[in-house]
Amino acid sequence: MSNPIIEFRQVEYQISTISSAPILSGVSLQVHRGETIALLGRSGSGKTTLLKLINGLRRVSSGAVLVQQRDVRDWNAIRLRRGIGYVIQEVGLFPHLTVRENVCLVPQLENWPPDRISSRYVEVLQSVGLSPSVYSLRYPRELSGGQRQRVGVARALGADPEILLMDEPFGALDPVTRAEIQREFLALNRKMSKTVVFVTHDVREALLLGTRIVLLDSGRVIAEATPHEFVRLAHPIARDFLAAAELATGAQA
Amino acid sequence: MNAWQFITSHRVEVLAATREHLILVLISMAIAAAIGVPLGMTIVGRPRLRAAALAIASVFQTIPSLALFGFLIPLPFVGGIGAHTAIVALVLYALLPILRNTYVGLTSVDPAILEAAEGMGMTEQQILFRVRLPLASSVIMAGIRTAAVITIGVATIAAAIGAGGLGTFIFRGVAMVSDAVILAGAIPAAILALLADFLLGLLERRLRVT
Repeated sequence: MSNPIIEFRQVEYQISTISSAPILSGVSLQVHRGETIALLGRSGSGKTTLLKLINGLRRVSSGAVLVQQRDVRDWNAIRLRRGIGYVIQEVGLFPHLTVRENVCLVPQLENWPPDRISSRYVEVLQSVGLSPSVYSLRYPRELSGGQRQRVGVARALGADPEILLMDEPFGALDPVTRAEIQREFLALNRKMSKTVVFVTHDVREALLLGTRIVLLDSGRVIAEATPHEFVRLAHPIARDFLAAAELATGAQA
Repeated sequence: MNAWQFITSHRVEVLAATREHLILVLISMAIAAAIGVPLGMTIVGRPRLRAAALAIASVFQTIPSLALFGFLIPLPFVGGIGAHTAIVALVLYALLPILRNTYVGLTSVDPAILEAAEGMGMTEQQILFRVRLPLASSVIMAGIRTAAVITIGVATIAAAIGAGGLGTFIFRGVAMVSDAVILAGAIPAAILALLADFLLGLLERRLRVT
């Protein structure tokens, strides 16, 4: 198999050495090009922290995180982050910028020529199912939750990054809109073949979107499985997730 | 003679004093904003400098205005009799609201937005100028508005050290025990303050981002 695009080596993360349990411990994980990894876990399991270690918003206490075979500590933080799309819950769109300005921000910071920015804007907005001309001059406050989320994804894709990180990207949406955007994202993701790591506490979302599911509990990776394998896992926490979503099949526990 | 009669019969003088007053306020506000906003930007990431800057600006606010004008007169360069001394005092008064609002505006930006900006690979500078500052502009404008209203009022006292302005009528009226003459200074000053409050309030609302 080719070299992993993202790799965690015995990662420990704690806020201070004096206080209580570490947020992450003994995490080793390899993510390969084109994979979509679902980081599944309950609140406080450390999944968001794991995500933030990839783009350097958090720094490991020990061990190492490698992106494209290079230790995150050796990367220039700005360069690293511009090559990684980032979608957060509640979107984090800039309220003082229009849809177009939001989406084109990173390409602009990267000094792309104007015509390339324009064509990229049209491309990414279409790819998330929004009309580029209709939304161009709108502000985030004028959009529905679902539209905002789409713009959030479009913005993350703006500079055509190889890696996409998403922190509960569809968490704040109503179930119908959510299902719709999940389906769209699935189709989009197949077409783009990006490497995606996303955080979720929704096992259905993990099974639907993930090519591999990484189950976290109390800062440890307790299982790694494809969606197909995951529904047959015997681990009690995996069973809990499946039972809560009434998805338990072929129970062996 | 009532105030209206006095104002109409001395309208040239009153208008000249109003102009003087306005110039005094505009110069002081421009300097205070030119110091306060950049200083507010500088103290965002520097807790010790922040404490010192806000404490010093607060101290100036507590000095009674007439006393502050008095203290400045004997000082070299900044002191003496006339408009420039008054401007120094007015700047010191206007500084705190501008400085404090700039700081508060810049630090009360939604953390989710700041994290998104950082995660997208914006530098500290880019986050400050392209995210924090535009989102804080309405709060900063509110500080400038407060400062303008204070400055217009305090500037009437500047007449005591020979800086001219609408205070001239007020001091003259006090000396003459004439309400009409006092009002000839007080009414235009009040109108200026209301006008400044209204216009800067409009600007503040236009800058607000929801």
